[in-house]
Amino acid sequence: MSADQDTLRQMAEMMAIGAPQAAALGFRLVSVEPSKGAIMVPWREDLAGDPDTGVIAGGVVTTLLDHVCGLSIMSRHGARTSTATLDLRIDYMRAAKPRAGVTAEAHCYKVTRTIAFVRAQAWDEDPADPIATAQAAFVLQGAPA
Amino acid sequence: MSEAAERLEAFLQRAPYVRFLGMRAELAGDEMTAILPFAEHLVGNVMLPALHGGVLGAFLEATALAQLAVAQKSAKAPKTIDVTIEYLRPGRAMTTYARADLRKVGRRVANIHVEAWQDARSQPVAALRGHFLLAQDQ
Repeated sequence: MSADQDTLRQMAEMMAIGAPQAAALGFRLVSVEPSKGAIMVPWREDLAGDPDTGVIAGGVVTTLLDHVCGLSIMSRHGARTSTATLDLRIDYMRAAKPRAGVTAEAHCYKVTRTIAFVRAQAWDEDPADPIATAQAAFVLQGAPA
Repeated sequence: MSEAAERLEAFLQRAPYVRFLGMRAELAGDEMTAILPFAEHLVGNVMLPALHGGVLGAFLEATALAQLAVAQKSAKAPKTIDVTIEYLRPGRAMTTYARADLRKVGRRVANIHVEAWQDARSQPVAALRGHFLLAQDQ
């Protein structure tokens, strides 16, 4: 692993689990490369949306998708970039499998001077069979207006 | 307790994740205000500090589902089809409120708008528009 990749990985670890909400949900960094990142949230009883089925709550997936979008921007722009979500659109294709954790991957595919555009998707077992997809726009804070 | 209040209470108690958020709600007739007391574990940015954007989105979505629970009598939970969350101001380290507007409740799909605020309702921190699949009775 090169020094740059090492630094990127360290920044990504900080970002993936550093926020109190990320720690509370038990986020784990899966992978990071320039403009892309992936985070996983393991299943936990208190994160279920329905106690009968044990399916993880939609709100957990929403937070995971928002967070991994931020990670993909950071991996492209550096840790000093602070971002604020403008909007986040999520389509829920299906419920996650009972007692399954969820992984989400984001791609920051376009950055202007002030705005970052990101696509993301979340799955439980197979990336080709997503439970949710997201499209988001972020403002880069500290960027020239 | 009215039937609507009972349905609301059942919704709030049922989902472990709703309790994880610490969400509450108050009912005045058929008008519901959802309440999210501030808690450290909801923070996304420690520098500001600000609530995690995902937490605000999840709270707005839960508010929509709670309002459906108040209005509907179906036993099964509706499913979220899609949501668009707009972020207007940082969610600061204080209590957040939200109200949902059932714009259209059809036979199969409901369209719901939700708005969240903190200090003043005229200065919303976030808004959500979403479609929800209503449970089929048969």
